[in-house]
Amino acid sequence: MISVGHYLAVSAVLFTLGVLGIFINRKNIIVILMAIELILLAVNINLVAFSAALGDLVGQVFSMFVLTVAAGEAAIGLAILVIYFRGRGTIAVDDANRMKG
Amino acid sequence: MTADLALIWPELILTIGGLVTLLLGTFGGDRQVGLYQLAALVTLAAAAAAVVAMFGTQASVFSNTLEVDAFGGFAKLLIYAASFICILIAPRFFKDAMRAEYPVLILFAALGMGIMASARDLMTLYVGLELNSLAAYVLASFMRSDDRSSEAGLKYFVLGALASGMLLYGISLLYGFSGTTQFAGIAQAMGGGMNNGLLFGLVFVIAGLAFKISAVPFHMWTPDVYEGAPTPVTTFFASAPKVAAMALMTRVVIEAMGPATAAWQQIMIFLALASIILGAVGAIGQKNIKRLLAYSSINNVGFMLVGLAAGTQQGVESVLTYLLVYVVTTIGSFLVVLQLRDTDGNPIESIPALAGFSQRRPGLAAAMAVFLFSLAGIPPLFGFWPKYLVFQAAVDANLLPLAIAGIVASVIGAFYYIAVIKTMYFDDKSEVEFGTGGVVVEDAVITASALWLSVVGYFFIPVLAVVSATAAAVLF
Repeated sequence: MISVGHYLAVSAVLFTLGVLGIFINRKNIIVILMAIELILLAVNINLVAFSAALGDLVGQVFSMFVLTVAAGEAAIGLAILVIYFRGRGTIAVDDANRMKG
Repeated sequence: MTADLALIWPELILTIGGLVTLLLGTFGGDRQVGLYQLAALVTLAAAAAAVVAMFGTQASVFSNTLEVDAFGGFAKLLIYAASFICILIAPRFFKDAMRAEYPVLILFAALGMGIMASARDLMTLYVGLELNSLAAYVLASFMRSDDRSSEAGLKYFVLGALASGMLLYGISLLYGFSGTTQFAGIAQAMGGGMNNGLLFGLVFVIAGLAFKISAVPFHMWTPDVYEGAPTPVTTFFASAPKVAAMALMTRVVIEAMGPATAAWQQIMIFLALASIILGAVGAIGQKNIKRLLAYSSINNVGFMLVGLAAGTQQGVESVLTYLLVYVVTTIGSFLVVLQLRDTDGNPIESIPALAGFSQRRPGLAAAMAVFLFSLAGIPPLFGFWPKYLVFQAAVDANLLPLAIAGIVASVIGAFYYIAVIKTMYFDDKSEVEFGTGGVVVEDAVITASALWLSVVGYFFIPVLAVVSATAAAVLF
């Protein structure tokens, strides 16, 4: 029998992978966008699992909100990435260093 | 339902005004940008008038997801006023690059911040926060052709998205272990005993919100974003979203996590001390005035958190007073930065270029000195008063060590403010020629805020005490 605990474990692993994906990744910014999606999906697993376990619909409604906002967030992130690429000709993480101090 | 609609006039006005401005911009093109700007200003003024008209009303609307009360009203007035000024100062900075999106994005950001300030459910909290953040990411990269602006937008986006991810993870845990997304329900669950799930949820939610107010150790985006974003946008970031996020943080820790005060108090104390110290130390040696002001805002957020760490009504009152004075000072100092231009109209941001500034523009230099001394909290300037209230609240809540450490660290902070003033007043004139003459509106705002901070502010203390007490009382 799969319990809430199992779902929580999966989601915790995905969340950790997402956070590590942002911090450890030194290659390119698209990977960071993917890591952000991973974090949001981990949260969705949590919300839906809790919602089912509690027999309460709010969690599922919440996950719909998260999905919608995630779509908007990805659109804006990619748009910013496009203008960044246009100006700099690269999307490597290490090159984002115009400002230091 | 209809009765609920009558209670959210400010939000309705901003939504409709934002959409109408957006449509005007879509069909009218960028040439009539003055018109859209006017529409946005009128919308903000109308929304602020609606808040004033409803000040003191207390009601929960839309199935208890939003709370209309004096606390939210106080925060919204500050937010709308700051947004108003940020729209007003934009055209002169952007010149031909000014587009219709700017006032529209500020309006939507202001709407999101208003929702943050009055949220009493995790769902409205999240939606309000994202509405503000998504608009802010675009604003940061508003100068499309400028490398630094797009980089600022990118960094803000990545770290902001990480922050909302952490916030959401905490929200999901709070929901799972308390069975509700309502603040009142979470408080009830926490009152019934803490468990690890609730504790983790609390930590993640506070970490996510700490990102938004740029408290150390979640501050790393602040200097880069403040430096890279266009100056009117930086003015906006430093003022309105700080108010909204601080109000949200206060409401969450008091209303939803009130019974777990012992748990979050330690976190607040750590965030406060780390922000005060790192904000002070990090600013030393900065060569860019916007970067310096970014560290100054980190430092000031630390002082606000001292008041919040007290966890008492007196603490919340001091935070509200602090927010008001902080917003006036920040807007004033960024307006001065906005005026720093060479004879060709290019912005000057480097601090060494300010050498001997007092001989070139004595009035402006004096105003900047007032703002910096006020940020440092040196009496008799009014910036001293909220710092005093914050420490008073901490001492009354038996946090004497925190207050002492904060006061010692604020002395370090005073060093770099005074270093800038020394550069302006006592160094030999730099080669840089400053262009003269600002816009009447900007000069008026700078003069008014400098006067208010120097002496006039003290006459407002009785009014301020009553208003902040009314606003803080609704949380307890």
